[in-house]
Amino acid sequence: MAVYPPKPAKEPPLLERGPIAWVRHNLLSSPFNIAFTILGLAILYWTIPPFVKWAFLDANFAGHTKADCTGNGACWVFVKEKLNMFFFGFYPQDQLWRPKSVIAAILALVAFAKFVPGLHRFKLLLIVLFPVFAFIMLHGGYFGLPLVETSKWGGLLLTLVIASVGIILSFPIGILLALGRQSKLPIIKSLSVFYIEFVRGVPLITVLFMASVVLPLFFPEGVNFDKLARALIGITLFEAAYVAENIRSGFQAIPKGQYEAADALGLSYWQKMALVILPQAIKVTIPNLVGTFISLFKDTSLVMIIGLFDLLAMVNVTSNDRDWLGMDTEGYVFVAFIFWIFTFSMSMYSKRLERKLNTDKGK
Amino acid sequence: MAEQTNTKKLGEPIIQLEHVNKWYDDFHVLKDINLEVRQGEIVVVAGPSGSGKSTMIRCINRLEEYQEGSIRVKGIEVNNDVKNLRAIRSNVAMVFQHFNLFPHLTILENLTLAPVWVYKTPKKEAIETAMHYLEKVNIADQANKYPNQLSGGQQQRVAIARALCKSPDIMLFDEPTSALDPEMIGEVLDVMIKLAEEGKTMITVTHEMGFARKVADRVIFMDAGQIIEENDPETFFHHPESERLQLFLKQILNH
Repeated sequence: MAVYPPKPAKEPPLLERGPIAWVRHNLLSSPFNIAFTILGLAILYWTIPPFVKWAFLDANFAGHTKADCTGNGACWVFVKEKLNMFFFGFYPQDQLWRPKSVIAAILALVAFAKFVPGLHRFKLLLIVLFPVFAFIMLHGGYFGLPLVETSKWGGLLLTLVIASVGIILSFPIGILLALGRQSKLPIIKSLSVFYIEFVRGVPLITVLFMASVVLPLFFPEGVNFDKLARALIGITLFEAAYVAENIRSGFQAIPKGQYEAADALGLSYWQKMALVILPQAIKVTIPNLVGTFISLFKDTSLVMIIGLFDLLAMVNVTSNDRDWLGMDTEGYVFVAFIFWIFTFSMSMYSKRLERKLNTDKGK
Repeated sequence: MAEQTNTKKLGEPIIQLEHVNKWYDDFHVLKDINLEVRQGEIVVVAGPSGSGKSTMIRCINRLEEYQEGSIRVKGIEVNNDVKNLRAIRSNVAMVFQHFNLFPHLTILENLTLAPVWVYKTPKKEAIETAMHYLEKVNIADQANKYPNQLSGGQQQRVAIARALCKSPDIMLFDEPTSALDPEMIGEVLDVMIKLAEEGKTMITVTHEMGFARKVADRVIFMDAGQIIEENDPETFFHHPESERLQLFLKQILNH
């Protein structure tokens, strides 16, 4: 028998630590990987410098007309001059303070909710009242605000209205559909299954066409239902089916024991669902839900085909201006950048939310 | 270990199962079960896996339905009637093999959930009650942690505290130590013994024969969906009558 003294900890060998190790393991671990590293660097070399040159080095930023764009690069003057169009569409110039103040109100609300502690009921009230405020401000017709028809709304404003209404309304409907699909009552269950499977089998474009062209045929003579409202209803009902399937996948991740514990404690069906099952189901399905919402955000562009001018449609509108012909490249790059900012923020937010809600922090 | 049944005074019958039969499709899981448990009685149910022990106690709070016979808790029929179900579930609490704590809620929130939402206890009072029971299971210092931050034994003690929060007359334990590491079984059994000594009515499905010997007033042996033998612990362990029980005891005690 023997006794061994404790050994001191040593540093790993030189090639196995720090940046050298990282490069060896991640970029040069095999011949295949080495080839890919070289290919990747080549692609970056062929694409990044020309883009930087076009978008920044050779670009024109100053001036007010097309004539001010003298360089070979991008003509950002165009975007600058058309900024109000991109952001607000055909919203009357003298009324632009209204959408701007709605945006300011959103930022103020977020800051208030984040930095002022407590007051949960008041915050909830503000959140519930906000859509009413936003509608009155944007649409007008009340409190002496001149009416701005929804057909004048456009650009980023329209994209945001459609996306946020779609997201906020499709969520509760989707939850109800998911619960319906889980239901033990055969009628509710089969109605939910039928609805979800039917809607998921139909392209969004078809739904929008139906909402905008076919639906009015069923209205009585003279009744004219706002086109934007019809599109919103179509998108909301469409998204609800996808949200429902996401949440159902969340339900399946919840162990049976959670239902049993809630039952044994005496919780009613709705208490069990609202307090125990849904919070967990939604938590595991956040990545999927946000994915669905991101595609909804981008799908808003499809409203173009029923004659609404969202952010993407504004590229066509603005570059068809006789003074600015041929500017669509700048327009598309700019719009892509705006879309990216929003969708990327959404996925960042989803990651943060996942971390915040993660209660499995180890032992 | 001194025999307890002679000194302990038991109350009125509080749980009555009469000719209970249950099937899973064609499979007959409970065969003509008759069982009466009296107020304050500690009943331990033993038997091989698949013998219907868990199914039987899960019928008492209607996590499982049965097709024939009758079960009454404090005279209330266990059936589909919503009012009855509510009354029964407020009187009967259950502790599960896998704890089944709600992982998205803190320990304290796990305990106050049912009192606040189901029994409309004011929140402050619910928290006081919860802390009282957490102290009782020696885990009050973990009140603001989440279940997954605790060890299995701690989680099961929390589950017991959660079950106690609505001050039920009856506690059902469904293999409460089977999912625990060996060194954690003791801390959970200690809590259960404490409850038993306080006179709570308990039905416990367990393989912990030491617990049965120590606190049970009656031990029931089930096999293949029926009650084979029931006796006081002394007779049960030392003079088993049925051959099936003799074999079972030999298998679980002889190593």
